[in-house]
Amino acid sequence: MGNEEDIGKIIDYSGREFQYIGKRTIRPDGVDKVTGRANFGADFTVNGMIHGRVVRSPHAHAKIKKINVDKALKLDGVKAVITGKDFPEIDINDKAVGEVVVSYYDMAHNIIARDKVYYDGHAVAAVAATTPDIAEKAAKLIEVEYDVLKPVMTAARAMKKNAPVLHKHIVTAGVEPKPEKPSNVASRTEFKLGDPAAGFADADVIVEREFSTQTVHQGYIEPHACCASISADGNANVWCSSQGQFMVRAYTAKICGMETSKVKVIPAEIGGGFGGKTVVYLEPLAVMLAKKAGRPVKMVMTRDEVLRATGPTSGGTARAKIGAKKDGTIVAGELELVYEAGAYPGSPVALGCMTGFAPYDIKNVSCVGWDVLVNRPKAAAYRAPGAPVAAFGVECTLDVLAEELGMCPLELRMKNAAVEGTQAPYGVKFNRIGYKETLEAAKAHPHWSAPLGPNQGRGIASGFWFNIGGTSSAEVMVNEDGTVIVATGNPDIGGSRASMALMAAEGLGIDVARIKPLVADTESVPFSMLTGGSRVTFATGKAVIEAAQDAVNDLKRRAAKIWDVDIEQVEWENGQAVCIESTQHKPLSIAAIAAKADKTGGAISGRANINATGAGPGFGTHICDVEVDPETGYVTVLRYTAIQDVGKAIHPSYVEGQLQGGAVQGIGWALNEEYVYGEDGRLQNTGFLDYRMPVASDLPMIDTVVVEVPNPGHPYGVRGVGETPIVPPLAAVANAVSHAIGKRVTDLPLSPPRLLAVIDGK
Amino acid sequence: MAKVVLPLEVARAFADGETDHEVEARDVRALVRVLDERFPGIAERLSRGTAVAVDGEIYQDWFLEEVRPHSDVRFLPAIEGG
Repeated sequence: MGNEEDIGKIIDYSGREFQYIGKRTIRPDGVDKVTGRANFGADFTVNGMIHGRVVRSPHAHAKIKKINVDKALKLDGVKAVITGKDFPEIDINDKAVGEVVVSYYDMAHNIIARDKVYYDGHAVAAVAATTPDIAEKAAKLIEVEYDVLKPVMTAARAMKKNAPVLHKHIVTAGVEPKPEKPSNVASRTEFKLGDPAAGFADADVIVEREFSTQTVHQGYIEPHACCASISADGNANVWCSSQGQFMVRAYTAKICGMETSKVKVIPAEIGGGFGGKTVVYLEPLAVMLAKKAGRPVKMVMTRDEVLRATGPTSGGTARAKIGAKKDGTIVAGELELVYEAGAYPGSPVALGCMTGFAPYDIKNVSCVGWDVLVNRPKAAAYRAPGAPVAAFGVECTLDVLAEELGMCPLELRMKNAAVEGTQAPYGVKFNRIGYKETLEAAKAHPHWSAPLGPNQGRGIASGFWFNIGGTSSAEVMVNEDGTVIVATGNPDIGGSRASMALMAAEGLGIDVARIKPLVADTESVPFSMLTGGSRVTFATGKAVIEAAQDAVNDLKRRAAKIWDVDIEQVEWENGQAVCIESTQHKPLSIAAIAAKADKTGGAISGRANINATGAGPGFGTHICDVEVDPETGYVTVLRYTAIQDVGKAIHPSYVEGQLQGGAVQGIGWALNEEYVYGEDGRLQNTGFLDYRMPVASDLPMIDTVVVEVPNPGHPYGVRGVGETPIVPPLAAVANAVSHAIGKRVTDLPLSPPRLLAVIDGK
Repeated sequence: MAKVVLPLEVARAFADGETDHEVEARDVRALVRVLDERFPGIAERLSRGTAVAVDGEIYQDWFLEEVRPHSDVRFLPAIEGG
């Protein structure tokens, strides 16, 4: 046991004294949100606006024979109807080749079907009318004739030789020789480190288990919503909630056949995204309806539509095999993942392969992943895409190994923990990382040694996420009175405005209350990559720090002019210019310099456009206590502690909130959440009553421990935070439940009926 | 010479399954050009959704990243995020 006083204490390992970083300042978006004044996607109203509605397929797999819109068009109040034929055809090989490969062909066909529907809820047409009721009635008048096909709902079924093939043009990639026949297996991915066969041959103990998980949704509270208008000269304005206004602009322009400069996207507040709003669904439909109707069109999804038609994350299986010496040294690891991609290729299976064993220093590793097409909505990103299912397999198998070796599961992890210089399964050697520190914090936490009662169990699990950098921009504008606006191009989904303001305050040396952070539209700041990959506080933060420095340089130049001295005579200290070789000049505050901006060259600002590198990986370790009711199979989470190396917590409250939120989503994934499909391929649980996510009353307070091992790739030591905390919970919960009931659970979710069957040995 | 490691799938498709190669180049673009001379078509493949790690630093969208004489250069799937 460590010193309890140190538990949860934020330690600045870098030894640097910060003036503003690390302070729990008032959140800039707080007042508007708690008073209900914040404008989310569905809150926009424009003069002359009408309402759009989507017609969706009731079939999971069918050919579209005919769409008759005549009756809908005759209904009073209907202004426009669109189908796939209203959109430009996109070449099947047209792909965006940037951060990730995006198939515009698949995207276009996913947004509105052409000749075939691939899942229950697939859009086939859309209508715009003067009221939501008329739009709803008109949607029902659109007649679609289908030739219904047999749906393929699971990867296991899809991989069988006699399974119906979804796409005739897809052959399995990553296999040599290249297959000639189309397949539901979109791709095979493989990573190999060392000699796994030799490693297993050298092992004293080998354990192997297979695990399964179901499709789960991000479950953001705010449904997708947008409003689009288009001017007579063809310029579109799109107001919407998303994880990237530049992403929405690029995708909408492409799908609608418009130039990028013709589409302006104005970001709304976002009511949760978690990766699910890194793609577009409604925006191109709204633009096309607005174009056809000559009126602005607003579209808002229902919860039913969100669950049926937007991207969840993949369900899948994970087979993990680990070989170790008697002393617990792991000598070989093997992981095979099968992920359901949904209707189009692109499950995060490769990322699962890269992350599963990443917390451990293992010389011989093999990971194989299969991306499999099924008649479900196309998978979208969800917090640390691909990693939770892989970690579920590895971390539960480690628990089995610990039992076989008679070792403490925490000590087993400690013995094999990755450290600086360890080669990850994907080949890259880690820079300074803080995984071992999270294990030490877990060991020292009172939770780890607290007593347990009957039917109770404790689980521990760890997780890894890469975190990324990328293109970001920022502008720091000094107002006439010396207050400052910080404009960036990233929607604030996790407290980034507070972080940007704090980093600007640190750079400028002024009170954070004098800084207003702003999420700007696509025509007010240069391009930024979307908010995702836990990149914004790191990458856009770096841009803000550089922009603040640029502004400081400008302020120093102005001070030099005011004093009539050489700029080398000016230094910036505590938010003011100081003349270093003359005491006759009193320091000049930002306000004093700004007041004379007109005389010294006009407006004062700083800017930075960067492609940030140096993102530091994130590691977390979670401890979970549960009690299982042996009569009902109901699991109560008694206590939960999330520990994570965050590099440096810019705003600790937000960081703790990220750890708590990720843990809660992971607990829901482990215990309750799943898509339930009928035999006909239709989704049965299309609302939050039946798609059961944990609510506050279901859970204890999630305790957090913020570990700070500074990332050498960031001036303030920042690592991404938002994704890592969803990686360990699946295994932490499953390990706890396994210990509570004395049997190994392998299939999620651990809902009462499923768990009762395990307890009863069925 | 920099040590270059190709993804297994790419190595199987273009380089007879050989993942490890040695290349002399001053940046990643030049390195990929050399690889493309050895294995025609590989440049196009490495331009699609492939990140690169040079001496442990991952670049999502590679181009002119410096490669030193003994650099370790690994091509990886690009990393998306939620």
